[in-house]
Amino acid sequence: MARAVSTRRKLTMTILVWLVALIVFFPILYTIITSLKTEGEAAAGFSMLPSFTFESYAAVLDQQDYFRPFFNSVVISIGSTIVALLIAVPAAWAMAFTPTPKTRDVLMWMLSTKMMPAAGVLVPMYLIFLNTGLLDTLLGLTIILTLVNLPIVVWMLYTYFKEIPVDILEAARMDGATLGKELVYVLLPMAVPGIASTLLLNVILAWNEAFWTLRLSTDDAAPLTAFIASFSSPQGQFLAKLSAASVLAILPILLLGWFSQKQLVRGLTFGAVK
Amino acid sequence: MATKQSHRLARWMMAPSVFVLLIWMIVPLALTIWFAFQRYRLTNPNIKGFAGFANFEFFVTDPAFWPAIINTLLIVVGVLVITVGLGILLALLLDQPIWGQGIVRILMISPFFVMPPVAAVVWKHELMNPTWGVFAAVSRFFGQEPVNWLGNYPLLSIIVIVAWQWLPFATLILLTAMQSLSEEQKEAAEMDGANVFRRFWYIILPHLARAITVVILIQTIYLLGVYAEIQITTGGGPGFASTNLPFLIYNTGVLGGNIGAGAAGGLVAVVLANIVAIFLMRAVGRNLDA
Repeated sequence: MARAVSTRRKLTMTILVWLVALIVFFPILYTIITSLKTEGEAAAGFSMLPSFTFESYAAVLDQQDYFRPFFNSVVISIGSTIVALLIAVPAAWAMAFTPTPKTRDVLMWMLSTKMMPAAGVLVPMYLIFLNTGLLDTLLGLTIILTLVNLPIVVWMLYTYFKEIPVDILEAARMDGATLGKELVYVLLPMAVPGIASTLLLNVILAWNEAFWTLRLSTDDAAPLTAFIASFSSPQGQFLAKLSAASVLAILPILLLGWFSQKQLVRGLTFGAVK
Repeated sequence: MATKQSHRLARWMMAPSVFVLLIWMIVPLALTIWFAFQRYRLTNPNIKGFAGFANFEFFVTDPAFWPAIINTLLIVVGVLVITVGLGILLALLLDQPIWGQGIVRILMISPFFVMPPVAAVVWKHELMNPTWGVFAAVSRFFGQEPVNWLGNYPLLSIIVIVAWQWLPFATLILLTAMQSLSEEQKEAAEMDGANVFRRFWYIILPHLARAITVVILIQTIYLLGVYAEIQITTGGGPGFASTNLPFLIYNTGVLGGNIGAGAAGGLVAVVLANIVAIFLMRAVGRNLDA
């Protein structure tokens, strides 16, 4: 039985909650507003009314140096996600469908590799990258992001695969399905949503990763994280351009994130909260 | 169904993941330990050989060491208090029937998807700047002198920025947990005459205990490694006022070229993280049995 809620109470709560949400969202909102100002307006101080010009976007996109970091971010986040999935899908599959007494230990051990603080192994990783020529290359960043996120990918896939009922396999087998048919017609369709969610979350995590990408890239392979970090000190009239560059850097991920917010909880808590 | 053959196949399917993670776990850590006991300067190849504990001594006696340890812990504790406290409040609010719940959720979750460098530059240049920033405008509106947030309160400012990024995470997880509490239970308590605060204290909070634990532990792992926000907003200063452990390690090991001391600092960070990790593994591990 749903509780009857008075309209008045609902209205009060609605106003309160919207107010709080807008405060939390404000820094993003203000960045969007500033990105639509002229540099002069942006430097003039606080104002919520831009002149709705796109000149800052044009200025950012005109500079050749925006496309390269954007391209780099796309390559390393999607590249590392695909590699991680290729490695992780078979492992998660095996652990979910043919569990042994050791499966639990293996999973916990994989999780434990995530506990290694990046700063703790920064020095040797930097030297390895320096000496193998991986420093400041897309290949190097893809490798490091794959390693960093692999445990999360395995775990997330595992929690999804575990929910696929094994009984259905037996039923399919009774109906005379071969192993191959079983895989293609029964299991795969049930596994696709889990794989898709994992892919989405991992692209987000890789896109936003800002320790290794900052430290192991300098120029050629620098992704958007490094590009934006270069705005750390003021450079003439730059606020509107900075805002436009920021909006461009977060917009694709913001959209992906909104679609995947339900899976986010499960993925980031290793299935501990669903 | 599980035959010997299928188990062998399973092992082969797991092999790539296990192999890759095994290397990732062992090689960098082994090298960190090795370098921590070596004399090794990036700039001077003539300095080499076994160093004993000299690197640890160098790192620990650095005037920035204790400030860095304390700042690291202050960032963790400060952000946790803000995100868990406000997170519970926001989750309670979001759990109420309101109009436009979907959009509110989207607005509220958004900061989590903002990459740390963007969060840092936006807060630094557009909100906290004492001349043209939004906070300065608010101060002037109330007739106050604008505050130079990053100059005068660097660590607090960084805590606020990082807390803003993690608040959605805490809120979303606590909300998810809250929504799994059955309506009947809440209604029963209401009918028994429990007021709002008693209902919160005796029913909702105990139900959230597990989710709160998970939020605390997972955030701690990430918060121990806060880096980009510091580099971009304050550069660790003024002085060492906002230097944390990852920042000090990078400064010593890579920028300063003292590989040995940087590696020694890395081991300090590993020990610190492991203490936290033990608790996290227990909390998550318990769920596997359920």
